[in-house]
Amino acid sequence: MTRFVLHRIGFYVLIAVLLAFFTVPLLWLASAPFTSDPTYKVRLPDFTSENFRAILDNPYALGSLWNSVLLAAGTAVLVVVFAALAAYALSRVHLPGRDALLYTLLLLSSIITGTAAMVPLFQLAVELHLIDSQLGLILIMTGGLLPAAIFMMKDFMDSTPKSYEESARVFGASPLQIVRHVVVPLVRPGLATIAVWAVANVWGNFLMPYLLLSDVDKQPAAVIMYTLYTEGGQANIKLLATFGLLYSVPVVLMYLFVSKKYGFRFHGGIKR
Amino acid sequence: MSAIELRGLTKVYPGGVKALDSLDLAIPDGEFFALLGPSGCGKTTLLRTIAGLETATGGAVVIGDRDVTGLQPGARDIAMVFQDYALFPHMNVTDNIAYPLRIKKVGRAARQQKAAEVGARLGLEQLMDRRPGQLSGGQQQRVALARVMATQAQAFLFDEPLSNLDARLRLEARTFLKKLQHELGVTTVFVTHDQAEALAMADRMAVMESGHIRQIGTPAEVFQRPANTFVAGFIGSTPMNLLDGVVRADTLEVTGCKLAVPQSAEGLLHDGEKIVYGVRPEYNVYSAEPVDGSLGGNVSIVENLGASYLVTLDVNGVLVQAVVPEGHEPAIGDEGYALPRRDRALIYRDGELVSA
Ligand SMILES: Nc1ncnc2c1ncn2[C@@H]1O[C@H](COP(=O)(O)OP(=O)(O)OP(=O)(O)O)[C@@H](O)[C@H]1O
Ligand SMILES: [Mg+2]
Repeated sequence: MTRFVLHRIGFYVLIAVLLAFFTVPLLWLASAPFTSDPTYKVRLPDFTSENFRAILDNPYALGSLWNSVLLAAGTAVLVVVFAALAAYALSRVHLPGRDALLYTLLLLSSIITGTAAMVPLFQLAVELHLIDSQLGLILIMTGGLLPAAIFMMKDFMDSTPKSYEESARVFGASPLQIVRHVVVPLVRPGLATIAVWAVANVWGNFLMPYLLLSDVDKQPAAVIMYTLYTEGGQANIKLLATFGLLYSVPVVLMYLFVSKKYGFRFHGGIKR
Repeated sequence: MSAIELRGLTKVYPGGVKALDSLDLAIPDGEFFALLGPSGCGKTTLLRTIAGLETATGGAVVIGDRDVTGLQPGARDIAMVFQDYALFPHMNVTDNIAYPLRIKKVGRAARQQKAAEVGARLGLEQLMDRRPGQLSGGQQQRVALARVMATQAQAFLFDEPLSNLDARLRLEARTFLKKLQHELGVTTVFVTHDQAEALAMADRMAVMESGHIRQIGTPAEVFQRPANTFVAGFIGSTPMNLLDGVVRADTLEVTGCKLAVPQSAEGLLHDGEKIVYGVRPEYNVYSAEPVDGSLGGNVSIVENLGASYLVTLDVNGVLVQAVVPEGHEPAIGDEGYALPRRDRALIYRDGELVSA
């Protein structure tokens, strides 16, 4: 009996240590912005709004968050639309060599937005006059994310029974009507997943915008974060912590919203 | 409402499976037609080819007076109930029933009114706001029927519409479906692998085997006079006795017993030829005493069918079955005699029915 209790206690202590390991940085992020002179320690905040005022005084901070939203939303929309259409076609039409094509795309995509392709991408952007353009960045990020998105989306499409579509077809629905009325609602959780994944990817990407956008007014938060220094050239903990909090809130909100709205529900209707 | 006609319809799947082999079939306007056959014989393929979900490799599909062979499913003016019902899980019952009308650009109010009308007719009033996932199998089946009715198509195609229901509900749905089809008078083709279902519901039926139609007729014709040994073995809740025999002058020698020539084959047999003697267990009259012209042996199995018993006799090593009314069933090991009814027994030569 005592052995069992000791076992339990040991188990919970272990879990507590592990949890602390992950929660401390989060606690720091939650408390530091409200502390007058934050250090790397987690302390009870004195609830000052000083740091937020300082961030608002930074001419680029808010604008960069808006830029992040634009870039992430633009990329997510393109990725979702293209991935859905491509995955639907690939799932329903049997092309010879289809799977090979998908795997090759997937492999190549890790190169496109990876370090190896930086120089050629930069040159390509210059040639196409897409350098220093948010649209250009969106297109390139879309290109990088699409193969993986198509791959994931095709899985969702494959798992929706064909008889739904055939049924709509017999009633006279056109292919686009079938996609709009039947396929999209059925794979909605998949679309939401892809959208969240794309947003998170763009939101956290530092390298591509840093490389392709030189105008500070166009740069997203991930890049602006990098510029938050004190006059002495030291990282400014106050601003970094505060900006970090602002930077993470939208993603957390989006995640909560999407999982509440599109959480993985499936209503049945096919009798197995 | 329209008749359906198939001319030399052939379907070869990529990979070379010949699922339909030059089928001819004419289904008159308003008929309730059953396609019956074992698994894999091509029933679903035939239905899908009529619907246009599969393109015919050869031959023609004519609905009404239009050749629809080259048309898209949506242009054929037919409606189909799928085996899994394929109700849209994200729409409620009203929207599901109204979907065909939505495609036809009927206004929202008119659609909903029509859906409510059809739903009420099938007893779905209380369920109109539910999603398919919140319905029982029988309710889903009725929604699928309602959706098809809302189309006002020229013909209905049902792929095993009852196979997902439990045994009890199935009997109810059978009666219900037959009554409904009768009232609507829409030409209906329905696929089933359950011979009892086909016999009970259809006006006429076709029995299929590996891409061919082996017999077309009313349920009574198919049951009483199967055109070949395949149909004979497939139709009937207890399979027909099919016994090898030889013609001896004007009698038959079957498994060592001397039998009279059935009425249907009188004057059509040649001395010494080999035949197959077919008689349904229901048409074998059982007796415990020896009878002239009967199949005699020992009782080896007695099965309870409810109001009657299926008795299996071992006749010189060949099993022969007879149906015995309750209260007269013998004990295992008893001597027994099965006298085939001359007006019901059949003779098959090379697998085909011998008849005038
Ligand atoms: N898409 C397909 N590609 C290749 N062969 C197919 C395809 N669909 C069906 N077949 C083959 O065609 C034949 C007929 O199939 P079908 O589905 O029409 O049979 P069925 O009579 O409906 O059987 P069941 O009672 O099991 O539903 C089978 O041999 C089957 O393997
Ligand atoms: Mg089938």
